Amino acid sequence: MSDAVLDKQVKKQKPRKSRVDPEIGVSLSWKTLKIQKQLIFMSVPIAIYLIIFNYIPIWGWLMAFQNYRPARSFGQQEWVGLQQFKFLFADETFLMVLRNTVAMSFINLILGTTTAIGLALLLNEIKVKFFKRIVQSISYLPHFLSWVIAAGIVATSLSIDDGIVNIVLMKLHFIKEPIMWLSEGKYFWGIVGASNVWKEVGWGTIIYLAAITSIDPSLYEAASIDGAKRFQKMRYVTLPGIKATFVILLIMNIGHILDAGFELQYLLGNGLTVDWSQTIDIFVLKYGISMGNYSLATAAGIFKTIVSVVLVFIANYIAKRLGEERLI
Amino acid sequence: MKAVTKGSSRFEPVVFHTINSIFMLFVVAITLYPFLHTLAVSLNDGSDTLAGGIYFWPRDWTMENYRAVFISGTIYHAAFISVSRTVLSTVFGVFLTTMLAYTLAQQQYIFRKKIGMLFILTMYFNAGLIPNYFLIKNLGLLHSFMVYILPSLVGAFNLIIMRTYIRSLPGSLTESAKIDGAGEFRIFWKIVFPLCTPVLATVALFIAVGAWNSWFDTFLYASSDIKLSTLQYEMMKLLGSTMSTNNDPSLLAGNQHNQAQALVTPASIRAAITIVTAVPILFVYPFLQKYFVVGLNLGSVKE
Repeated sequence: MSDAVLDKQVKKQKPRKSRVDPEIGVSLSWKTLKIQKQLIFMSVPIAIYLIIFNYIPIWGWLMAFQNYRPARSFGQQEWVGLQQFKFLFADETFLMVLRNTVAMSFINLILGTTTAIGLALLLNEIKVKFFKRIVQSISYLPHFLSWVIAAGIVATSLSIDDGIVNIVLMKLHFIKEPIMWLSEGKYFWGIVGASNVWKEVGWGTIIYLAAITSIDPSLYEAASIDGAKRFQKMRYVTLPGIKATFVILLIMNIGHILDAGFELQYLLGNGLTVDWSQTIDIFVLKYGISMGNYSLATAAGIFKTIVSVVLVFIANYIAKRLGEERLI
Repeated sequence: MKAVTKGSSRFEPVVFHTINSIFMLFVVAITLYPFLHTLAVSLNDGSDTLAGGIYFWPRDWTMENYRAVFISGTIYHAAFISVSRTVLSTVFGVFLTTMLAYTLAQQQYIFRKKIGMLFILTMYFNAGLIPNYFLIKNLGLLHSFMVYILPSLVGAFNLIIMRTYIRSLPGSLTESAKIDGAGEFRIFWKIVFPLCTPVLATVALFIAVGAWNSWFDTFLYASSDIKLSTLQYEMMKLLGSTMSTNNDPSLLAGNQHNQAQALVTPASIRAAITIVTAVPILFVYPFLQKYFVVGLNLGSVKE
């Protein structure tokens, strides 16, 4: 019986063609709850699960305003206000870690985006379907492997004894003797950037290639008639055609600007490169889990989350003003 | 003069396509070389590898590295844990994600937007490592197998992919079932779920790869418990030992008795485990390629 009522509601909504605001037809009342009880049973427990694992921990943010000691009960904790944050921003290590995080993020974002778009443009020019498919399949491969495997591969390739990078560079006479890539801080950002490109460039092309395929072919024909050459078509038809995709991905990535990645830096970093390799996540891990300074580590984590959320909203707002597609 | 321009425009495509093809071969070579190298090292005698000069063909063939991996109780158990967590996460994750996505795809559902927003926010919003650690601790999940399954059951990105796909299904398919008086769960399970095959494959692949590849949860929540170690975590420990060129005694201990015949080094063991861990993925993903390409594009559709 309840389903019949539901049915009536669906029909009532139909002429409105869903996009307008489908919620207008249904208001929160006991009757609706009763009609939709099956949907509620199917979804609300999962929502509660989500709240437990993703929102309840926010309670832990209180630790950042305390001088938290695990032995004390909640009532006994000493409240210190913003002292942890003040300490954080006066701490040279944290500022260095912040610099490393932002720098590696930017390197990853810029290198990652340009190489993915570049490879997508070139893949799009390959006319032999079979060859194109093979290249694509192989280029996705590293994406599916863990950072542990990738870090192992990077370490092996850069090894001083027998690493392929040193061997090739020496054979080409770019360098006279092998470089200790992983022992010098100045190379670290570049290594992280290059490793990310190696692992993710193929994966990054998927969305751009799909965007390129959806460009109206008549635009290319018109451009040809106007005498546009291959690179002019890329510049004036393809690139504008993938602009919306580019903007959406940019907004998504800007929110993650303080996520420079954690695994690669943690796995490849060592005592010699620590000034260049440590990111906020490693800082949190070190201060929090290893040294037991939970309050300071939580403060660093809060800073990271707030910056991400603010950046997403700013990027979203700018995209809206520019008339581009938005995320939220 | 005219002839020159004409000639160059005729040759331009040939030149371009040649350079482009060579460049693509270069991309393929850079992507594949490390795997061929790892494969070669894994099939080469450990002490011989130390002498250098192994590229993509073994010099001193041996199966000793793989034998060492497979007779090691630690690795065997770690493989068992890795497979278990992958299978369980995938089965439960796919089912719950699809079920939730189905409810969120129903235009008239009152909590549709609220629950959707709760999930989308988690893509940008995270309480952070320390609060999460305390949550896991307070829930009693430290050093428990469930810590591999529970925290990452339903992810926002997979949910968006599923919801977008379910929305695109024609409504007429479920309408007749509704008229016949079928309940929501029945419609979901009998009609919608089977229709989702392509995107189920995508989501299953994403969840499975994520579970198979993760090591950080072991490191953070169960590192002292050898019974909960995974293949990736064992490899991570070996990575540390090869980079500092110390032998990891715990792993090589199992092979003491055959050290007289062949030296199994951490580097060669790591190569063998890398191949063992990478092979399942290598065999699965090419077949799912057409699915995940579609799935990934569904995920980029906003709200």
